[in-house]
Amino acid sequence: MDTPRLELDGITKRFPGVVANDGVSFKVAPGEIHALLGENGAGKSTLVKMIYGVLQPDAGRIRWEGKGVRVLSPHFARRLGIGMVFQHFSLFEALSVEENVALGLEGDIPRRELGERIREVSRDYGLPLDPKRHVHSLSVGERQRIEIVRCLLQNPRLLIMDEPTSVLTPQEVERLFLTLRQLAGEGCSILYISHKLHELKALCHAATVLRGGRVVGTCDPARETAASMANLMVGTDLAAPARPERRLARKPVLEVEGLSLRSDDPFGTHLADVRLEVRQGEVLGIAGVAGNGQAELLAVLAGERPVDANTIRLDGKPIGRMGTRERRRLGLCYIPEERNGHAAVPDLSLADNALLSAIDRKGLAPRGLLKGGAAKRYAEEVIRDFGVKANGTAALASSLSGGNLQKFVCGREILQAPRVLVAAQPTWGVDAGAAVTIHKALLRLAEEGVAVLVLSQDLDELLALTDRLVVINGGRLSRPLVTAEATTEEIGLLMGGLHDTTGAGGTAGRAADAA
Amino acid sequence: MRLEKRAQVSQAMLWGSPILAVLLTLVAGALLFVVMGYDPFASLRAFFVSPINSTYGLSELAVKASPLVLIATGLAVGFRAGVWNIGAEGQLTLGAIAGGGVALLFWGMEGPWILPLMCLAAIGGGMAWAAIPAFLRVRLGVSEILVSLMLAYVALLLLSALVYGPWKNPEAFNFPETRVFSDSALLPIILPGTRLHLGVAVTVVVVLLAWFFMTRTLFGYQVRVVGAAPAAARYAGFSRDRMVWISLLASGGLAGLAGLFEVAGPVGGQLLPTISPGYGFTAIIVAFLGRLNPLGILLAGLVVALSYLGGENAQIEVGLPQAVTGVFQGMLLFFLLATDVLVRYRVRFGAPRLAGA
Repeated sequence: MDTPRLELDGITKRFPGVVANDGVSFKVAPGEIHALLGENGAGKSTLVKMIYGVLQPDAGRIRWEGKGVRVLSPHFARRLGIGMVFQHFSLFEALSVEENVALGLEGDIPRRELGERIREVSRDYGLPLDPKRHVHSLSVGERQRIEIVRCLLQNPRLLIMDEPTSVLTPQEVERLFLTLRQLAGEGCSILYISHKLHELKALCHAATVLRGGRVVGTCDPARETAASMANLMVGTDLAAPARPERRLARKPVLEVEGLSLRSDDPFGTHLADVRLEVRQGEVLGIAGVAGNGQAELLAVLAGERPVDANTIRLDGKPIGRMGTRERRRLGLCYIPEERNGHAAVPDLSLADNALLSAIDRKGLAPRGLLKGGAAKRYAEEVIRDFGVKANGTAALASSLSGGNLQKFVCGREILQAPRVLVAAQPTWGVDAGAAVTIHKALLRLAEEGVAVLVLSQDLDELLALTDRLVVINGGRLSRPLVTAEATTEEIGLLMGGLHDTTGAGGTAGRAADAA
Repeated sequence: MRLEKRAQVSQAMLWGSPILAVLLTLVAGALLFVVMGYDPFASLRAFFVSPINSTYGLSELAVKASPLVLIATGLAVGFRAGVWNIGAEGQLTLGAIAGGGVALLFWGMEGPWILPLMCLAAIGGGMAWAAIPAFLRVRLGVSEILVSLMLAYVALLLLSALVYGPWKNPEAFNFPETRVFSDSALLPIILPGTRLHLGVAVTVVVVLLAWFFMTRTLFGYQVRVVGAAPAAARYAGFSRDRMVWISLLASGGLAGLAGLFEVAGPVGGQLLPTISPGYGFTAIIVAFLGRLNPLGILLAGLVVALSYLGGENAQIEVGLPQAVTGVFQGMLLFFLLATDVLVRYRVRFGAPRLAGA
């Protein structure tokens, strides 16, 4: 066999209080698409940061094409021929594609030729991109292409992709896979990080599975089933939440009508004539690619951005003008997308964080006086019922892992017995075990007759949870689909902007801005 | 050499670090005196012990600490909420003007109603001055830091204008001072033979109330959330604008009251061009030295007041230069910040270990 392109041998990295990687070893052959599989917190990101020179290992060796190297910096990594596309892009919205590429490039392409080179690469690899466009006018998928093109311009021999599909429509994912297969065919190795099992089966030649910072197995994804890989990744058999029987039309609890809103954010998306109804005992999903008006819609639904009273009704009562606290009193609870600093205060204890949204529904501050004991007991109840791993109720929220804090936040809202629960990305960045806990709790809530609204970019999550589904694109909502009858293609086309109501509007993104 | 964040911050050390800072200041101070050629023990004694080894000395300490603590307690509410009122000196001055104005208005009259009325006027004056930055911040997004600071200088000039102009005592041979308030407008002395006045007792009550409000009420919780995570406050439905108003009005009102306590107490019952040695600014240090906790502020106020008293005493007893007071306050802050960093971080020597090394 050839010399491996990259070989890791016993890589160990410790952070204060935690071993992120413990003796990790594996090899990537030239032209191989190698998957790095693991739950959140399994140590994948730390590992690739060491390969890319962002972090330095505490022990262990990295060999590049047979030679031991110390990857001292990303600059050094790029000189070796390692490129990386991060999960979160580092792009300047006010600059053009070409300018953004130029900023992140290691020197040897003259600025004059850059536009032409970008066109060449994007044509050769099926990544359509106009070098003169400004980034703020591009969809998330197009932004990702900039990052990929930037890497390809430097002729990498190893490309690291960190969860590249989490923000893409199914069609965009297909296109990306074609590009990656073409690259691999030309001899470029790819290290592909994901926890989406069907993607690995479709794309990867080999997989290394990480759990708790250690390698727990290697496999050929094509020969495994999704379930067998999931077991390897999680370590226990996971029962997917059983889909309850279809819950049919009942009376609407939350109604939104004629909601139009100009976004405060210059790069935000305006909402246009949003109509929505969540019925008692159903889970309604809102699918869509990030940045299509979700943030604006959530702020309006939760009450962080008041609107005309009659545009939102709860049990028939106009609540559009009310703030979050008043709406919560009426039974509208909300799980925001961002845990740190939005759903929870990192510097406060769990007991204090239990107070944050449960003050009124749990009677934790009668006549303005805090009932510290009651808040502590409520935090204990949440920790117990949702299996939150925490060092007591006095532990700071910042000391919890992402998944555990998310379980705490979800539990805090769910145990308040809401009438309506609005959940934004409830399992984003959460490990598979925690995701199952949260999904089960949401389904149980719906069975109890609560109207549940789940907004997510993870289509699998929505398909597993929801009864009906709408798609948000450019600040508009599609007509609702019955989830059981919807196809991935249909949803994907709606996410890409082909609205049944507006006719064919081929270009993805912000068509509604002009409206 | 590099700093590495500690995984766990010790709560005991968090509270112990101010005490450690005071001890380190004493050691460094002793060394400084030796270098300057003074007897370190006699100098430290003159600085830290002899000012407070008598009842009178202790009462003077309380009189000096009282305005610092009163102002810092109000400021700490705002600092916790992320509202930076650094113009307490101006609010103090306005309080003195408004309260003193009431005393002058009823000059020559006596009655138990005069002093409470002066207090209300003083609180109102301080609040009104703090309402300007609050309004500009909430309505127009103007930084309260700049506005409150600049208004402090306006207030000082306003006081001078009044004392040199319309409010000047016609019988004082053109000295820049107002008439002396009538007896009912002076703060009662609570310990005969000292200058310990009623305002000191009020300060203690305010500290206890503030502690209760900050730790046991929904209001205090809202302040903490707004300061620590504005988005979480919006999520919970706590209004940031309301916090800006409340914290500026509270700190302004308390600073105004402190200003009145000065003119109706230690200053001697009249308005002068200068009524405060910068209490409003020093209170910012006191607030942080006390970790923005009302009880901590009480201790911090006493420590800082001692550095004022000790500096004066050391000039008289040992002949130390006046600048030593400033040096001591500077050292105290330096050591506090230094111990703070070490509570949260540890020092590691040598470069991080590399792969294959």
